[in-house]
Amino acid sequence: MTLRAFEATDAPLISARGLTKRFGDFVAVDGIDLDVHRGEAFGFLGPNGAGKSSTMRMIGCVSPPSDGSLRILGLDPGADGSRIRSRLGVVPQRDTLDEELTVRENILVYGRYFGLSKAVVRERAAELLEFAQLADRADSVVEPLSGGMKRRLTIARSLVNEPELLLLDEPTTGLDPQARHVLWDRLFRLKRSGVTLVLTTHYMDEAEQLCDRLVVMDGGAIVAEGSPRQLIAEHSTREVLELRFAVDDHAPYQAKVADLARRIEVLPDRLLLYVDDGDAAAAAVHDRGLTPLSVLVRRSTLEDVFLHLTGRTLID
Amino acid sequence: MGTAQRVSRMMPFPAGAGMARALVERNVRAYKHAWTTLVSGFFEPVFYLFSLGVGMGALIGDIDAGNGRMVAYASFVAPALMAAAAMNGAVMDSTFNLFFKLKYAKLYDSVLATPLGPRDVAVGEISWALIRGGLYSTVFLLVAAVAGVVESWWAVLALPAAVLIGFAFAAVGMAATTFMRSWQDFEYINLTILPMFLFSATFFPLSAYPAALQWVVQATPLYHGAAMIRALMLGDVGASLLVHVIYLLVMGMIGAVFAARRIERLLLT
Repeated sequence: MTLRAFEATDAPLISARGLTKRFGDFVAVDGIDLDVHRGEAFGFLGPNGAGKSSTMRMIGCVSPPSDGSLRILGLDPGADGSRIRSRLGVVPQRDTLDEELTVRENILVYGRYFGLSKAVVRERAAELLEFAQLADRADSVVEPLSGGMKRRLTIARSLVNEPELLLLDEPTTGLDPQARHVLWDRLFRLKRSGVTLVLTTHYMDEAEQLCDRLVVMDGGAIVAEGSPRQLIAEHSTREVLELRFAVDDHAPYQAKVADLARRIEVLPDRLLLYVDDGDAAAAAVHDRGLTPLSVLVRRSTLEDVFLHLTGRTLID
Repeated sequence: MGTAQRVSRMMPFPAGAGMARALVERNVRAYKHAWTTLVSGFFEPVFYLFSLGVGMGALIGDIDAGNGRMVAYASFVAPALMAAAAMNGAVMDSTFNLFFKLKYAKLYDSVLATPLGPRDVAVGEISWALIRGGLYSTVFLLVAAVAGVVESWWAVLALPAAVLIGFAFAAVGMAATTFMRSWQDFEYINLTILPMFLFSATFFPLSAYPAALQWVVQATPLYHGAAMIRALMLGDVGASLLVHVIYLLVMGMIGAVFAARRIERLLLT
């Protein structure tokens, strides 16, 4: 199928069936199926080592699948890697900016890798520097930039070919909260302008903020799929009651409150009670004469979904 | 476009987009910020030429350049210095500089996320080493001509010959670099390059070596490089030139294909 014919269809931009990646005996990605559609913001949520980055590298056509089928933009990465990559934007987990060049040159040179003319890359570099709020640092070398600035430059650089599909591997890991919000804002703008976003994260708030749909990965497999809201509705309760007692081991308290909740999780420093009405459950705890150090009622998040599905927290 | 694209398409494997030129352009930009490192490369062979060739040469007098032809020592040693400079420049670029880009700057990780493939990386970096080596060789040849140690107009062909030497060494150097684990491993490079520099019939003629060693000397790539340029600068042109050209061409081709495959295996896992 030609690219133009592909664009006329509703076929998914990314389509994987039984996609597998092995490194020797180690199975990094274990036969996953997924479809990402045009205009979506799609997320891979999971802890380190879940196989997110390996999946992203296969989608980015820099890592050949060990097994299964993979189509990107209707093309086969094995045969058409270069053509596919010409229409992707890639933001790798660790910044790979060119430290021998200036901020502006990073975008100029990167644009040339895509075969764009010098006039076009000059124009786009100016726009992208504005977009990334780096116009005043355009002629600085890369090294002294802050982590947030480098990340924004990496994103700006990845947009120089006006990609249809932007792959972001852990876009905000290691950034302070303010820098993260700036970055999220930029990603929202891209999404609104019609760019399909595919991102990995181990931050549930990031997934909730940015993703229309996501898959939860664990041990190389997809353990759940849906919108953040669907996942929470399916795999958790409306509210969570967190109880912290003045003890080192919370396990003995489990039996005392277990009947108040649909489900209970024992963490090293607290108990999580999955309930429909948090305040009612908290009142019931008090009625039993229990006196937790702290009581918190909150809404369920993707973190709870993950805990329920895998028995582990996202960030160890 | 043109040359880089054609060269790139000629390589059998692995994948590339014929865009090696973009990487050369990147290197030109990078060196605009570090032009001093580029300039310093001009001096070394020129210093050698004047200290060994002209200075020591005055003590040595004329020597037999082969076939009983007597030439000034400076005229004998200058072509070898030019060949050695081409080798050194290519090796420096394709080993130390490349290792840094590969392991620390992670340059190729970002390059390979674009349409460029591993073949483009190999062709681009080798081309850059050749351009740089070509610049040095040109300057050296001019200095040598002005110093009066060039004996023939055939010497003009010493420029493409030096580029060919650079190609052979850059390609093999790049392939070798993909096996380097740490900076310590670069000692092996020095251990290979230094004896070759000293003992490839560079500073004294082949006839001065013991008969048993002559064939060892003749097996080294720098021997062929030096002999090739010497033949051109002395105007002693014959069919043996072809042997040197083929030796270096084959060495370069094998090195380039191997380097591209290694880069593919290292980075596209």
